[in-house]
Amino acid sequence: MANGSGRPLSPHLQIYKFQWTMALSITHRIMGVGLAVGTLLLTWWLVAAAVGPDAFARAQGFIGSFFGMLLMFGWSIALYYHLCNGIRHLIWDTGKSLELPDAERGAKIVIVATAVLTVLTWIVGLAVW
Amino acid sequence: MVEFNLPANSKVGVGKTVNVANGAKRAKSFKIYRWSPEDGQNPRVDTYVVDLDKFGPMILDAIIYIKNQVDSTLTFRRSCREGICGSCAMNIDGTNTLACLKAIDEVPGDVKIYPLPHMPVVKDLVPDLNHVYAQLASIKPWLQTQSPAPSRERLQSPEDRAKLDGLYECILCFCCSTSCPSYWWNGDRYLGPSILLQAYRWIVDSRDEMTGERLDNLEDPFRLYRCHTIMNCTKACPKGLNPAKAIAEIKKLMVVRR
Repeated sequence: MANGSGRPLSPHLQIYKFQWTMALSITHRIMGVGLAVGTLLLTWWLVAAAVGPDAFARAQGFIGSFFGMLLMFGWSIALYYHLCNGIRHLIWDTGKSLELPDAERGAKIVIVATAVLTVLTWIVGLAVW
Repeated sequence: MVEFNLPANSKVGVGKTVNVANGAKRAKSFKIYRWSPEDGQNPRVDTYVVDLDKFGPMILDAIIYIKNQVDSTLTFRRSCREGICGSCAMNIDGTNTLACLKAIDEVPGDVKIYPLPHMPVVKDLVPDLNHVYAQLASIKPWLQTQSPAPSRERLQSPEDRAKLDGLYECILCFCCSTSCPSYWWNGDRYLGPSILLQAYRWIVDSRDEMTGERLDNLEDPFRLYRCHTIMNCTKACPKGLNPAKAIAEIKKLMVVRR
């Protein structure tokens, strides 16, 4: 807060102890940004499919490369995290699960669900591919 | 505005070390944030090594001992020493709490003490609370009625009275508001958990007749909706209250009345 008084601002992020609920909250924001960027990749792929075989091959080649797969892997984590934590937010919006033990259990469920769904998706995806 | 770094005049340096624990069986270091408006210098962290057998078990006992016996310039607020006045709210071992309710042996290693986070500092551990008090005034934290005053008290059923439990106990220490990253970045316009819990305390009071106006006043992208359910507030509250839940209830009422 700017105060214009010449008074120093007391330390905040620098000193505040790590909190799980706080970490999940900022991760939700970061994953949301990642999700938007990842959607550009998906859009490129779809547009390339509409443009023609050459363009599609180029997009497919990039996404199928190691770096492309890495991006897709990150994007799938962001997708599942945002989805699971989004459901957690919906539950909160009903006024439920806001006691501390429930909120912390929710945090763990979101992390495990994200990991399981991501790995499952890639197992299925790579098997089909 | 999100600013992760401290302004140049707020960067914290290393201060002096005072050791008064010679021959102590139980010595402990207290690292305390210091800033004086009088010497024109940046804040610093002073270290006091003290003998735990010389004073009581709480953090407040330790800093009162330091002020009385070691360094009388150390400045902090305190009054009741039993968790009901809210004066000694500060950041101890990384989280906000009341110094009088925090036991020294709950803190492993050195005890780090800072003022409530992201606030203008008046001196040492004393933050400037003018802005939060102004925000409190903005929600009109008193009973408002339009009906003529009855000849006796305004009655309330036990069920309606029970709705105030978990709200009326708030002592306005602002541990919650100053633990909230959203309040750090948008505290100029976001009311923060403590003020919103107060707002809800009057919204759910069956005797209050200005519920609609109270909700109108909060229907704002910043005042209410900067709450992102980060939950630091609930985790910090030294009285075990749940501001995050109170805010969620206000959000629910906003939807219901549409």
